[in-house]
Amino acid sequence: MKRTIITVVGKDTVGIIAKVCTYLAENGINILDISQTIVQGYFNMMMIVDTNGCSKQFGDMADELAALGENIGVVIKCQKEEIFDSMHRI
Amino acid sequence: MDINMINLYEVTETNKMIEKENLDVRTITLGISLLDCIDSDLQKLNDKIYNKIYEAAKDLVKTGEEISREFGIPIVNKRISVTPIALVGSAACKTIEDYASIAKTLDKVAHAVGVNFIGGYSALVSKGMTPADELLIRSIPLALSTTERVCSSVNLGSTKTGINMDAVKLMGEIILSTAEYTKEDDSLGCAKLVVFCNAPDDNPFMAGAFHGVTEADKIINVGVSGPGVVKTALEKVRGENFEVLCETIKKTAFKVTRVGQLVAKEASARLNVPFGIVDLSLAPTPAIGDSVADILCEIGLEHAGAPGTTAALALLNDQVKKGGVMASSYVGGLSGAFIPVSEDQGMIDAVRAGALTLEKLEAMTCVCSVGLDMIAIPGDTKATTISGIIADEMAIGMVNQKTTAVRVIPVIGKGVGETVEFGGLLGYAPIMPVNSFSCDAFVNRGGRIPAPIHSFKN
Repeated sequence: MKRTIITVVGKDTVGIIAKVCTYLAENGINILDISQTIVQGYFNMMMIVDTNGCSKQFGDMADELAALGENIGVVIKCQKEEIFDSMHRI
Repeated sequence: MDINMINLYEVTETNKMIEKENLDVRTITLGISLLDCIDSDLQKLNDKIYNKIYEAAKDLVKTGEEISREFGIPIVNKRISVTPIALVGSAACKTIEDYASIAKTLDKVAHAVGVNFIGGYSALVSKGMTPADELLIRSIPLALSTTERVCSSVNLGSTKTGINMDAVKLMGEIILSTAEYTKEDDSLGCAKLVVFCNAPDDNPFMAGAFHGVTEADKIINVGVSGPGVVKTALEKVRGENFEVLCETIKKTAFKVTRVGQLVAKEASARLNVPFGIVDLSLAPTPAIGDSVADILCEIGLEHAGAPGTTAALALLNDQVKKGGVMASSYVGGLSGAFIPVSEDQGMIDAVRAGALTLEKLEAMTCVCSVGLDMIAIPGDTKATTISGIIADEMAIGMVNQKTTAVRVIPVIGKGVGETVEFGGLLGYAPIMPVNSFSCDAFVNRGGRIPAPIHSFKN
């Protein structure tokens, strides 16, 4: 299974998770794990998702999520999980 | 659910390294053998070179960009290294213009595939020069002044062969001549010309990259970098002892190198080219916070160049290698800390403050990964003086069984205290004073310095 890490960082506001999750649901992307904190008013979320059910190219999905982030006023990044595995798991 | 799943802290740490601390993959370098292009007809040779490189590298930049995007890690440069052109052109080239025509072909194909540098306008003359080697060396000023992206290197010595002092003498003249040929651009040609002792075949970093004759037809080599990441990690251990300091560098180097290994494997798979090596390096850029000198300061020096600098650099270099070696299946190239002056804001500041001199830099090259790198010197420096500087550096490499290099830029029309601007990754540099006592009689002796006694390990 190819997993992608989505990170959302920015000023906290109503409906961030809802909007991101709606996009994921509409595109057949399954959420495997979510962790989220708020530090001094700043929203910081990480999702591990399974993109096997998504028909879009990785680059298109990343662009659309980035654009969605801009609308909400947060920064959304998509990265394949391997970069984190490489760095943090032996 | 996988209990070993990546957590928020780890994701944040990685992304902070990328976004705030300039972690990047410095280069993916595609090495291409041109031995099968050799032809005694110059036109045919140039055509074959163009076609082979174009075919091999046409997807290099696109693939690099895809990998960069999918993993969210910048891959700053995509580059090409080729078989030393002195060998490739030896059957066809009768004049320096013939050789320079190959440089133009390399430049043209570099533009066509979108790489920012192509290395391998090189000759390996550590023991002796063939007429072709000498012709290529004599063509370097013309080649570098009529191309934009071609890089040139010459290997002048090795621990096994000693130092070719005839070639050292010639290169002093060639460097000065290259400076003269490119004086309109502040002698920029010399920033693309490096001389080596013990040059490795698989170095992905310019200007010294070439594709050695011991290599496969094509190979992917990757250079990682992250001085800012090491510096930030060290900020957290201020005042701690050397054990803690060294462990911190090692762990950080491991993480940085793992990213390089991942990118190298991906690029290798996607381009269907075998993976060669990861070069574990701390390579600075002129960007603030991307400086090796700043790491030395964080270790405890007021400026790079202060007493203690050589020791600090030695431990840094060693810990980077120790941390990186386990992170990659194949390590090679130059690996270690680079100390180019013009490409490192902290080094520039140290020179300006009067803390860092050419002599101290020479001492530092005994323990860093390469040598005297990107140092601007007065344009009226004598050719023999440049040869003397090269000979000293080659001797350090030969005796210590390490790679050393010299990339000095005699800036025509400028003197000590003035500044020269190269632009981009090459940065800018204050012109440093050079010891002006003569070494003419030494350089003019001719011949070669024999290999040192400890090279006989057979």
